Amino acid sequence: MSLGSCQSHGNDKGEQILPYKCCNGGMYQVIAGIISPVNDKYGKKDLVAARHRVAMARLALQTSDWIRVDPWESEQVQWLETVKVLRHHHRELLRSLPQKEGLDRGKAHPAAPTAVPELKLLCGADVLKTFQTPNLWKDAHIQEIVEKFGLVCVGRAGHDAERYILGLPILQKYQHNIHLAREPVQNEISATYIRRALSQGQSVKYLLPDAVIAYIKDHNLYTKDSSWKDNNT
Amino acid sequence: MKSRIPVVLLACGSFNPITNMHLRLFEVARDHLHQTGMYQVIAGIISPVNDKYGKKDLVAARHRVAMARLALQTSDWIRVDPWESEQVQWLETVKVLRHHHRELLRSLPQKEGLDRGKAHPAAPTAVPELKLLCGADVLKTFQTPNLWKDAHIQEIVEKFGLVCVGRAGHDAERYILGLPILQKYQHNIHLAREPVQNEISATYIRRALSQGQSVKYLLPDAVIAYIKDHNLYTKDSSWKDNNT
Repeated sequence: MSLGSCQSHGNDKGEQILPYKCCNGGMYQVIAGIISPVNDKYGKKDLVAARHRVAMARLALQTSDWIRVDPWESEQVQWLETVKVLRHHHRELLRSLPQKEGLDRGKAHPAAPTAVPELKLLCGADVLKTFQTPNLWKDAHIQEIVEKFGLVCVGRAGHDAERYILGLPILQKYQHNIHLAREPVQNEISATYIRRALSQGQSVKYLLPDAVIAYIKDHNLYTKDSSWKDNNT
Repeated sequence: MKSRIPVVLLACGSFNPITNMHLRLFEVARDHLHQTGMYQVIAGIISPVNDKYGKKDLVAARHRVAMARLALQTSDWIRVDPWESEQVQWLETVKVLRHHHRELLRSLPQKEGLDRGKAHPAAPTAVPELKLLCGADVLKTFQTPNLWKDAHIQEIVEKFGLVCVGRAGHDAERYILGLPILQKYQHNIHLAREPVQNEISATYIRRALSQGQSVKYLLPDAVIAYIKDHNLYTKDSSWKDNNT
């Protein structure tokens, strides 16, 4: 199973990478994680260039032996809906499966099929909530995400995520394909807060990997001049 | 222009194990003091508690000191000091403060008078202040009966000072208002805020480790590696009851 995470990644922070929890019950083996920074054309306020966000993610992942950053989404000519990114990575996953020869040990058994990995969208509970926002997600896409791929949703209390699922029939229908993982640690490091702290010259050490902090400094990102103008968090 | 008062921050605690949250306290406190315009933080000290403190699941001090040292490899201003942990008995916080303050005074440069032909005495070097760094939860414990000696609380806030880091201002302010001795010296209690909800409980960390769960990105990698190499916080050594 691969976990794909599509987030805007204004800057890379521990929280995005942190929420990997082993699925209990022994049903799954997570074989890889993918961070997919959004395309610049997404047009979100204060979004620094994708090449920076990709580079920072790469630095943050230097010490991970199973998560990687994939710049494909950010390199497209336009912004892509999440479901299209899922479809792309799923195709790539299938393409990378080994073509096994039949292991013939003298018996006429066909080769056992390799288990096809599943690609699941990894997100926080807040993203689950956005499925309810009118006109944000296409209904058909939500269905495809939960039906064909699956969601792994990490949050602190179980209640919020469960409530969001109950609030949307399409989610309720496929709740067997929505995994709720809990992290009791209140580890909500808001990227907006990070950007503001940086623009005010405050320390963000121990909130971001050191290598990412160094990159931000070397490339003069998130400085006072480039920081957001209004004071909304 | 009035020069800033040099400050050293001292954090006492189990550090069992040290987490990114502990380290974060220092960074937030330093930024806060600098923003007042009155202080210049010149150093930070982590002082792991003595083994004789007898807290449940406390791993040997030599490990806790070693882990703190590893965690601080990338810091250019915070260090770990094993003095408290090396004493023959547990020490009250005020005694640790007194020790480090003495050491601070001892380390001040003895300046010769810079005589430029005028008979001026040498300007005195600003004496650094040693302040106790803690979370708002520690401030609350001052109210716990029989936990702190009144005279010690007074000495801590009067002679040294507190820098208290918390998320919401309200809790810490309420604890100060609830204790006359704290109210009296509130000018010497600095409340620093960190909006990031970064409460990494060491108890949670120990439990996660004993259950084989990942704590990557909650602790520095070097500390995780140390814990693994020395077989700390495993299932066998983990706490027996289920209280958090």
